[in-house]
Amino acid sequence: MTATTTSARSDLSELGRSETALRTFLHGLPGVDQVGAEQRAAQLGTRSIKTTAKAQAIDLAIRMVDLTTLEGADTPGKVRALAAKALRPDPADPSCPHVGAVCVYPTMVPHVAEVLRGSGVHLASVATAFPSGQAPLEVKLADTRAAVEAGADEIDMVINRGAFLAGRYKEVYDEIVATKEASGDAHLKVILETGELATYDNVRRASWLAMLAGGDFIKTSTGKVPVAATPPVTLVMLEAVRDFRAATGRQVGVKPAGGIRTTKDAIKYLVMINETVGADWLDPDWFRFGASSLLNDLLMQRTKLTTGVYSGPDYFTLD
Amino acid sequence: MSERVAVRKTYKLFIGGKFPRSESGRSYLVQDANVALSSRKDARDAVVAARAAAKGWAGATAYNRGQILYRVAEMLEGRREQFVALGVSDEEVYAAVDRWVWYAGWSDKLPQVYGGANPVAGPYFNLSAPEPTGVVAVVAPEAPALLGLVSVVAPAIVTGNTVVVAASPSAPLAAVTLAEVLATSDLPGGVVNILTGRLSETVPTLAAHMDVNAIDLTGVTDPDLAADLEVRAAENLKRVLRPVPAEYDWYADPGITRMTSLLETKTVWHPKGV
Repeated sequence: MTATTTSARSDLSELGRSETALRTFLHGLPGVDQVGAEQRAAQLGTRSIKTTAKAQAIDLAIRMVDLTTLEGADTPGKVRALAAKALRPDPADPSCPHVGAVCVYPTMVPHVAEVLRGSGVHLASVATAFPSGQAPLEVKLADTRAAVEAGADEIDMVINRGAFLAGRYKEVYDEIVATKEASGDAHLKVILETGELATYDNVRRASWLAMLAGGDFIKTSTGKVPVAATPPVTLVMLEAVRDFRAATGRQVGVKPAGGIRTTKDAIKYLVMINETVGADWLDPDWFRFGASSLLNDLLMQRTKLTTGVYSGPDYFTLD
Repeated sequence: MSERVAVRKTYKLFIGGKFPRSESGRSYLVQDANVALSSRKDARDAVVAARAAAKGWAGATAYNRGQILYRVAEMLEGRREQFVALGVSDEEVYAAVDRWVWYAGWSDKLPQVYGGANPVAGPYFNLSAPEPTGVVAVVAPEAPALLGLVSVVAPAIVTGNTVVVAASPSAPLAAVTLAEVLATSDLPGGVVNILTGRLSETVPTLAAHMDVNAIDLTGVTDPDLAADLEVRAAENLKRVLRPVPAEYDWYADPGITRMTSLLETKTVWHPKGV
């Protein structure tokens, strides 16, 4: 399932210069075997991970969580509480690791930054007219700059799906390049919104497009459309980052987001990483879960392993 | 034409309104049938199902809960012969039906008996209302298999609790057949969950589970096990109902203590006048 052709490998960095070259390359990627991808993802979900391996997987998954709140009703108090939870997910157990990052809207960034300063927990902000991405480019870039200035060190941008689905790849590419520039030193996560891309072929193309344009992470979804992260979609994206590293030597991270609620689901993703791209990606720098309710389930399972007693939702904060 | 081969029933668990096999895949031979042998993970799944059902069931009107319990009585009456075929006496089935009806009637009357207006020295209405405790783990008595089970489940659910029941290990068929009755009685899935198998495997898990609010040890006959379960239950201050003596008469008038033991009292103050 190697997705690069030898002719394209030589000058990948030149592709962004013309619409035609980009289209030729993206449409030259091999198609995804839909049945095969779904079957492979389902098969990887059947592994049984127990005892010490499970404990390790849970701690790793906690470190990979991008603790997220993206609601119109977010308040400074609510996001500060969330940030405090990110630092000490289980106040009763100091050995519990902190999460990977907190993910909020740009206006909430300063309030979170106060709490997280110096902690090692990253601060991600969505930008570029999240979640639809339907705003003029200047507005999107201003959105991005504001988030970075406020203290975000990771930017979660959305691609222009309207342009992508209409086949205007160059426009999508240029927007990602511009956003990457506007984010400066901040890590750029590119949200593909796979639920709106309709096919796995499009997911593969969008993944390559985002990586070619300089994205540091590719992320599945905003969490705002009915279909969010699914194992087959994540599998296609993992294959894309694997092939991209083989072609260019640059490693890109993957972040499934939305719909991952249980420890069991999270562990299935960890198995999939290990089997698809290898242990290089089993690290919070290269793989994240965009989630909110997942953390509580991880904590409950962790408590079960440390105390031997099933825990309940009453003992963990709601957000 | 060849002779017809009888279709034998698989006796499975009852969790969240569905009839799954044990997560462990095990079964045991009892009463001349293969019955699911539940594991602690089945107990965990049952608690999750009971918790998920708790809000809706507690929020249903007392009138509605009473109607559903009465519906259970109707369904049970209609399946009387099925229970008789399992060795349950006619007398016991009738007593079980009557017990459902008796508890159904209590659904909208218990708040008057057990709650009410309190006289206070001030310009306030002061009202106490009973509310369900939450998720209750129940160890059903060894015998009588049907009447004993109904007598511990009905008083717990009529007030809005949801239950996880460990059925009698030696006579589980009546419990699984009762589950079929419950599944066809408009009872929301998860309000009653029934586990079959060894008590020593499932009940300690339920007693220690932090998301269970009360445990009824009625069917525990081993005093050491009962003491151990009470210790486990103390961890999150579960309400505990102790085992009943072996000579307890299940046909006698049960009184209301089984219902009131699984209730919390909410008291509200409301300004008077103006």
